[in-house]
Parts: sequence; C-alpha cells; structure tokens
Amino acid sequence: MPLPKLPLPKRPKRGGSPPKADPVEHLHPAEAATEASLTVVGWIDERTALSPGLRWLMFRKIPRGVNWAYTLGSATLIVFLSQAVTGVFLAMYYVPSVNGGAYDSIRNINNNVFLGQFVHGMHKWGASMMVILVFLHMGRVFFFGAYKYPRELNWIIGVVLLILTMAMGFSGYLLPFDQRSYWATIVGVNINGTGPFIGPYLSDFLRAGPEFGATTLTRFYAIHMLLLPGLIAALIGAHIYLVTKLGVAAPPWLKVEEPRPRSRPSRSRGTRSP
Amino acid sequence: MHGVVQGAGGVAAAAFVLPALGFALGPIFQREPFQWQIIGRPDDFSESQYVTKVLTIVDGVGEAGKSIAYVRKRNSAIDVEKHDQFNNYIALSSRCMHLGCPVRYVEAAERFICPCHGGVYNFRGEVAGGPPVRPLDRFYTYAPKEGQPGYGYVYIGPRYSVNSELQRFSPRDPAQPLDGIGQYVYPSRFDTAVRPPITNLPTPPVIPGS
Repeated sequence: MPLPKLPLPKRPKRGGSPPKADPVEHLHPAEAATEASLTVVGWIDERTALSPGLRWLMFRKIPRGVNWAYTLGSATLIVFLSQAVTGVFLAMYYVPSVNGGAYDSIRNINNNVFLGQFVHGMHKWGASMMVILVFLHMGRVFFFGAYKYPRELNWIIGVVLLILTMAMGFSGYLLPFDQRSYWATIVGVNINGTGPFIGPYLSDFLRAGPEFGATTLTRFYAIHMLLLPGLIAALIGAHIYLVTKLGVAAPPWLKVEEPRPRSRPSRSRGTRSP
Repeated sequence: MHGVVQGAGGVAAAAFVLPALGFALGPIFQREPFQWQIIGRPDDFSESQYVTKVLTIVDGVGEAGKSIAYVRKRNSAIDVEKHDQFNNYIALSSRCMHLGCPVRYVEAAERFICPCHGGVYNFRGEVAGGPPVRPLDRFYTYAPKEGQPGYGYVYIGPRYSVNSELQRFSPRDPAQPLDGIGQYVYPSRFDTAVRPPITNLPTPPVIPGS
C-alpha cells in the first residue's frame, strides 16, 4: 500500500522579497550575547525567583545625607573577601608542621612561588587593614548613634564579628612559625590563662595540652582557616540581612521633619528613593 | 511521630557533635609524660654560678619542645626554703612568670632579666622588679647518694611552681599568682605531671673504654 503523499512546504519564490528571518540572526554579536545571557538569567530566575530578593538587597531606600563614612562596612566586607581568597591560595603551599616545615613553606612562598610574596603580603597587610576598618566602621556606627533601636541586635552581631576578627589575627599570627610568632603565641596564650577559674583550661585547649606541643600549630591552623572563617561568613550574612531589613540609620545631623498635617502626601521622612 | 523525628535528629546531631567536642577538648585532661633526665655530674655545678642546661619538655617537635634550666648547687646560706632530697640542686626554669618569655641570667647584675616586658628576678629566682606575679618556676632535681643506683649523676625531673615563700605548688602557667587566693582562682590541671619515682632513673651513658 503506498504511503500517502505529504504536503511539501512552500518554496520561497525566486526574485521575490526575502522572507522575514528570525530577529536573533540579524543582531549584532554583542546584542546577541546580551540576549542569550538574559535568557539564561531569565531561565534561572523563573525557577528560583531570586531577582526580587536581589532587588530587595541592592536597590533600597537610603536616608538623605549619607556620606563616605557609610561605606566602611562594605570596605570591611571587601577586605574580608580578599583575606578569604588569598588565604585559600596560601593554603595550597603552606605546611603546618612544627619541625621546620611551616617556616620553610612560608620561605618557599615568599622566595620561590610566582607572586607568592605578593599574595602573602596581601594576606598579612589585609589582616591589619581589616582590623582598622572594623574599628572605623564601629566608630561610625557608635558616633552616628546607629546602634539604637531597632538596630541593637545588629550591633551585638557586629561586636561578635569584632571578637572573631581579633581571634583570626591571633590564630594567624602563629602560622609563619618564626621566633616572633612563637613567642607572641606563648604570651597570648598566657594572657588568656589569666582569666580566673577557666583561664587555665582555656589555655590547655588552645595549646592542646599543658605545653606548646606537636599539635598546637595544626590546632591554630584549623581554627584559623576552618572554624573562624565559617563563623565570620555566617555572621556577616546575618549582619547584612539585618542592615537591609532595618535600613540604614540617618545621619544624626539630619533634622527630623515634623509631619505636617494635610500637606503634600506621602513623602516619607528623611528618605529618598534612589 | 513529631517527637520521634525530633529525637532521632537530636541523636544524629549528638552522634557527631559529642565525639568531635571530646576530640577537641581531650588535651585538657591529658597528662604530660615526664621522665628523669640526666643533666650532668655533681662536679659540673657550683654554688655561686648558674649552668645553662637544655631540657626536652615535649618530644618530637624540635626546637619548640626545648626549654632551658639554670642549675646550681644548693647553698644553705641563702637557700632558706625547706630542704629535701629533691632540691640539693636548684634548677630554675627560664620561663618568665609575667607572660612566658625566656629570661636570661646576667652575670654582672646577678639577676634574671626578661627581654619582653622587663621582668627582673634575683639570684634565687624571686621577683626583684617588673610585672612578674611569682618567682621563677623550678624543676625537681635528684642526685643519688653514694651506693644508691644512679650515683654520680644529677637528674632533673618535672617542673613545679612556687609562691613568694618558695613553697611548692603543682605547675601553673605564667601570669597566675599563687599567693593568697591565687592557688584557688587558678586551679591546677585535672591531671598534672607527677614526679616520677626515683627508682626509675635513666641509665647513664656508657663511658667508652670502661
């Protein structure tokens, strides 16, 4: 039995005007790339609904009169990210061994590894920079009165972040394992031991025993690169969430506009839309 | 059903949290093994001069496990603390009792001086100035009498701490005062190093040709 003859598609007429092609084909390559990326973003957004959250985070009302002092928190975040990235790559070459391995690996990073001294220097100076920026940020929040209701919890989280930053500085100081590192850690652990009643046990916990021993360095290394960064990252997330939710506090010199009865409607006090 | 699921979750969480916590906190309850070490012969030491001896406090960590003891013979004219068989030789730890830096003995001044924060100790290791909170720690020493096993050598044992009257206390970290209520505010470890028995002395090195 012969098959039924299928209808052929229409052929374009020769010499006639060309048919209207798909618009993507005629786009400039850059425009096409934009189009494609937007398609990918749209595909993800349709399945996650991320964009309202991002818009909530990025495009929010800020008070009138903000200045550069309001960027200190973001600067601290950038330095933390820099510390995280350089720290991850330093960990590729660092050996936390007491018997000379740690010091030799630092020397290897500084002297032999391509850009090693630069990355190590970024991590070292970035640590000081982070402590300085944390304190400047804290001073800004304090002197602008931005810790007051309803932002007290964010202040508390910030204080915990300050303590964790100091703990990062302390635990990281031992890792080069030169004379300065070793004795600074001995001194630091003994200062820690002056806490009444539990101080001696805390010192034993830090040193992994009654004396500076074989596992003290690895303990500090694990605290420095696993325990504290995780805690800090989680708390920074909570910190930023609360800032976004509660809004940035207006500068103290901004006069509160008295709500005028029956005046022009709906200009919220002290804020402007971006 | 809810209770069972939450209970199972709690058990599962405890199953990894508790062992990990014990793993991290275990060293607090650990005893540091310490054996008598030979530091020399009786003729090596005098009553008026300190001899520097390097001790191994922790094995297997190289330089980080070494410590220094300043050793001299007991001089009953100046050493008025209680005399027994474990302080015929006075062995002072070089660990400063301010925050743990290494002190050095300055012969001309007859003082121990700490480079970090200026702690000063006199010839007996008592605080002569600066921030230290108690005299220098000491080590048990033991020199067997003639005829006893190990005769002819001086042995050094574990560290102990002293208060300002040079009474013995179990070893504490620096910066923890032991006068008054200090010994209760800064408790000793759960399991401190004990003085090993004097029957358990290391055998002296064999002298070549003997």
